[in-house]
Amino acid sequence: MTISRSAAPAFVRRHWSIVLYPLGLLPAVWLVWEGQNGNLGADPVNVFERSLGLWAFRFLLVCLALAPLQRVVSFNLVRFRRLTGLLAFFYAVLHLAAYVVLDLQFDVGIFWRDLTHRTFIILGMAALTLLLPLALTSNRFSMKRLKRGWKRLHRLVYGAAILAGIHFFLSFKTLNGTSALYLSLLALVLLARAPMIWISFRRKGAGRL
Amino acid sequence: MAIFRYPRPAPSDITPKDVYLSRREMLGAGALSLTAMLAGTASAEALKTHPGPYSGGLTPTPEEFVTGYNNFYEFGMEKDDPVSHSSDFHPLPWTLEISGMVKKPQRLDVGALLKSADIEERIYRMRCVEAWSMIIPWDGIPLAKLLQAAEPESGAKYVAFESIVRPSEMPGQSSAFSGISWPYVEGLRLDEAMNPLTLLAVGIYGESLPNQNGAPIRLVVPWKYGFKGIKSIQRIRVMDKQPPTTWNRLAPNEYGFYANVNPQVDHPRWSQASERVIGSKTLFGTKRQPTLMFNGYGEQVAGLYRGMNLHDNF
Repeated sequence: MTISRSAAPAFVRRHWSIVLYPLGLLPAVWLVWEGQNGNLGADPVNVFERSLGLWAFRFLLVCLALAPLQRVVSFNLVRFRRLTGLLAFFYAVLHLAAYVVLDLQFDVGIFWRDLTHRTFIILGMAALTLLLPLALTSNRFSMKRLKRGWKRLHRLVYGAAILAGIHFFLSFKTLNGTSALYLSLLALVLLARAPMIWISFRRKGAGRL
Repeated sequence: MAIFRYPRPAPSDITPKDVYLSRREMLGAGALSLTAMLAGTASAEALKTHPGPYSGGLTPTPEEFVTGYNNFYEFGMEKDDPVSHSSDFHPLPWTLEISGMVKKPQRLDVGALLKSADIEERIYRMRCVEAWSMIIPWDGIPLAKLLQAAEPESGAKYVAFESIVRPSEMPGQSSAFSGISWPYVEGLRLDEAMNPLTLLAVGIYGESLPNQNGAPIRLVVPWKYGFKGIKSIQRIRVMDKQPPTTWNRLAPNEYGFYANVNPQVDHPRWSQASERVIGSKTLFGTKRQPTLMFNGYGEQVAGLYRGMNLHDNF
């Protein structure tokens, strides 16, 4: 219980969120910077869009990994769940924005056809939609208001992670190393959480949501 | 009057021929790292090319993008894999075989073809199935010329193309991931192959093809999606049956045999109605433009598909 206390200065310890939220935004800032300086290659929009999606998936994986990891480390990891979850949501929103604004350049016709015809995009959209109520209720007020319902609601994160995983897999033309790696990580995290998932879904009154 | 312009290499940039020819000896001498560097620059050979038809009004995409952003799964699955993992590939000497239902089978020395004065420049639109596009100044010979020399038999209906298999020089061919079974194969209907637009390219920007663009000889069918443009072709076979094609075999619901550029027929994962234009230097400067039917070559090729349902024959 003393590792973080000795490793971090008092300010960071007390106000870690002030330090870590901006830190989490760095990849996005860096991608914009690289993009405007011509360092994202021949098809910068595609790289930008995919990278944002990948960061969303990474934060979601970290968020899900915190509780299982908590069992093996002595300092408080679970307190970063809101941070990583919100960052995942934030990157997913940026990912969608990059797609609509930079890629489709507001072509509403194509966007609508994508949303209604393309499985890959429908799954991605569904994942983001599931994250929305989680982001909106990620505050103490909602936790108090929803009481036990809050935990039930936040089980949606499993659905979001699985949908995002399939969306990610389908975004590639063939099997490949990157998607194989991230899908294995997702499987690993879900497996590590299996006991938690089991208990949580078997709890009384857990029939819905 | 030239209506287009792109940087031609200065004479001083061209590697002297004796250096180019001696690169194997230098390898033998053990100057490994130096040779590897030289081989990269020495592989480009200036071609005796002259402007051909169908090139009007197009400004080529900057060369760095055309040679640095490639789908060539033999060298890896990322767009920059072909340029970074193809330096061990030795395109010459190379023999291109034309066989099957032809009266005069051919064995073409591609090294000699590179010196031919028949090479012409065709500046074509290139539309990738992934919804991006470039404009590429190819140098090559119409496929029809070579097929005519081989004299296809009367029952011939299709042309099959086969790429090379060299796992020792092409790292992507030994990767377990892509799921592609090598060699890469492609096909055209005989009348498509004989269309004057269809080109066997041996160069881009006035120089022999870089490895990552399909050295030493590749197919260019500008009204079809880019994956029809099979690279590093070793065999061409004239047949009476429709040959299998690599992407169609891998995902038949996604990639058809015809693969004509068609803004009305979407890919299951992408709309094909418009395309990102490669060549912007910045993220926010990227343009998107409507995709043209047959990639803008309807005048030349629409007749090939008269009466066909292009939604079913995608």
